[in-house]
Amino acid sequence: MASHNESIIREPLVTGKDITYAKVTEDVLSPVENKPNKAWWIGFTVASLGACLWVFAVSYTFWYGIGSWGLNKTVGWAWDITGFVWWVGIGHAGTLISAVLLLFRQKWRNSINRSAEAMTIFAVICAATYVVSHMGRPWMALYTLPLPNQYGSLWVNFNSPLIWDVFAISTYFSVSLVFWYIGLLPDIATIRDRASGLRRRIYSICSFGWTGSVKTWQRFETVSLILAGVATPLVLSVHTIVSMDFATSLEPGWHTTIFPPYFVAGAIFSGFAMVQTLLLVTRKVLGLENYITMFHIESMNKIILVTGSVVGVAYLTEFFIAYYSGGEYEQYTFLNRFIGPYWWAGCMMYGCNILMTQLMWFKRIRTSIPISWALSIVVNIGMWFERFVIIVTSLHRDFIPSSWAMFYPTWVDVSVFIGSIGLFFTLFLLFLRVLPSIAMAEVKLLLKSSSEQAKKKLIDEGHLDKSQVEYYKESLINYDSVKISDYEKV
Amino acid sequence: MSSTKYILGLFDDPDDMMHGIDKLQKNSIPIYDVYTPMPIHGIEAKLGIKDSRLGYAAFMFGCLGGTVIFSMVYYFLVHDWPINIGGKPNFAIPDFIPPTFEWTVLFAAFGMSFTFFYATHLFPGRAPRVMDLRATNDRFVIAIDAKGNVPHEDITNLLKEAGAVEVKHNDRKYVSYE
Repeated sequence: MASHNESIIREPLVTGKDITYAKVTEDVLSPVENKPNKAWWIGFTVASLGACLWVFAVSYTFWYGIGSWGLNKTVGWAWDITGFVWWVGIGHAGTLISAVLLLFRQKWRNSINRSAEAMTIFAVICAATYVVSHMGRPWMALYTLPLPNQYGSLWVNFNSPLIWDVFAISTYFSVSLVFWYIGLLPDIATIRDRASGLRRRIYSICSFGWTGSVKTWQRFETVSLILAGVATPLVLSVHTIVSMDFATSLEPGWHTTIFPPYFVAGAIFSGFAMVQTLLLVTRKVLGLENYITMFHIESMNKIILVTGSVVGVAYLTEFFIAYYSGGEYEQYTFLNRFIGPYWWAGCMMYGCNILMTQLMWFKRIRTSIPISWALSIVVNIGMWFERFVIIVTSLHRDFIPSSWAMFYPTWVDVSVFIGSIGLFFTLFLLFLRVLPSIAMAEVKLLLKSSSEQAKKKLIDEGHLDKSQVEYYKESLINYDSVKISDYEKV
Repeated sequence: MSSTKYILGLFDDPDDMMHGIDKLQKNSIPIYDVYTPMPIHGIEAKLGIKDSRLGYAAFMFGCLGGTVIFSMVYYFLVHDWPINIGGKPNFAIPDFIPPTFEWTVLFAAFGMSFTFFYATHLFPGRAPRVMDLRATNDRFVIAIDAKGNVPHEDITNLLKEAGAVEVKHNDRKYVSYE
């Protein structure tokens, strides 16, 4: 336990004075145990209006068919698959934070994993609704499963990446859900033991009877570690398979071997951007600045920078290979991204994802909350355009010029997309109301070693290297939750 | 004869609680269980709890999942309804890898999780057997079966000496039942 202290040059993961175990519970549960504030109601009203739009637009699609979308014979995939891939990609950050960072023992994941995982689940729900609504006849979704049927049985074709995708997405969703829920059990038990009446009953059922005995905790940790171990290759496989939906075709612009790693990096990139978008607002509105600190924000920005640069290298590789392959259709597709009628989409894609992300090299930008938030939105937009460019710009002009066409979205296309964002935020805001947005048990683990108060105590004891203490103090300057004046006399 | 069923030592610091466990064990007082709001490493060794075997369960379930889907795909595509795709072999193993992988993960995750629920008696609606309501919040609780143990005063003193902020003599085992 506290037999050794964490190095002073590591930045604190929990800031604030007098943070006790009880204080962590109070702070994290305050939005769950109290009436929501005005900001929540405003957000919820807007989001649920969006969700209503989604219900209307999807119902309209089912009633009138896919013809109500802007698709045509040439561009058979457009906003739907763009939205699908966008949402699946966003989902990836949650698993990355909860699984990969757990395997790497990155303690800063402890305070952001819960909401990131929730985000994953809601994003995958949005993605799945796209697939089902694109079927036009949602009851046909049953035929994606290998079920015995009256046609022979005619089975699904397991040589097709679309069927792999059914397996990948459904596995990903259900494994993420299990991972998230098992992690929630101890925290639901905390709410249960503080509640009374009906609330207590409901949380009691949801807590599965968790008590926090030694054996359950030990088993719990084993389960978390193994789930992280299997979820890591799973998350890589999911976007690999999504990319194969394109890469195994013969379409210029799609038919490239770089797609799997490129899509996975892009997914993590966009996912972290969405986590940043959500958490920067959440920490402010719910007053969680002490738990989601500048260190978390900067770390996420660093991951956005790395993955954004990986994506940038993938873009350059694509261009080089298109040139180097000598295939004229391939070459034209990539030229068409800049000189074709969708040049503006290409500019959005390359501008938002590569140029804007490179700003993150500057520490001042990485540690500025408003700029980080703005850049995270830029990345979200850029990644949507990436999928749009890959799908629509590649499809609309491929081999035969006589079948070239343009794609124009109808109001239904637009409404389904905006509506899915509304649906996502509705689910996320409800989550913030009924479940703890921060994994309390895991944050409590950090208090004795990685909190600001623990480090302050070490400094006050005065046995530390002066230069290291100076370094530590300098790193605190960027924290909005730390009063730097407390350190002047030390 | 006192009516005390369980003696609870409540600590507000995990290190003090570990100290309490040591003290009790030095005095040969058996510990019933320990309840903590977060996982504390090292208790399981002190209380003699063996390593979890859930990893083996996960592995076996993973093997099962992989085998099941691979056999299914083999049956569908090779045996029951082979499709001639440009004369290529029906038994196209590389194409079978993605679904096989997914179900390996799916079965491993679900099999292990349900084994975990089964082995630790967790299920929706189970009545929580809580000895102290703050054990899920900010108290680290050592529970001692009061029956047949040395004078309760001694246990109380030991716990206090180790740094317990409160010692409870409970007449009921679980406080969570209405």
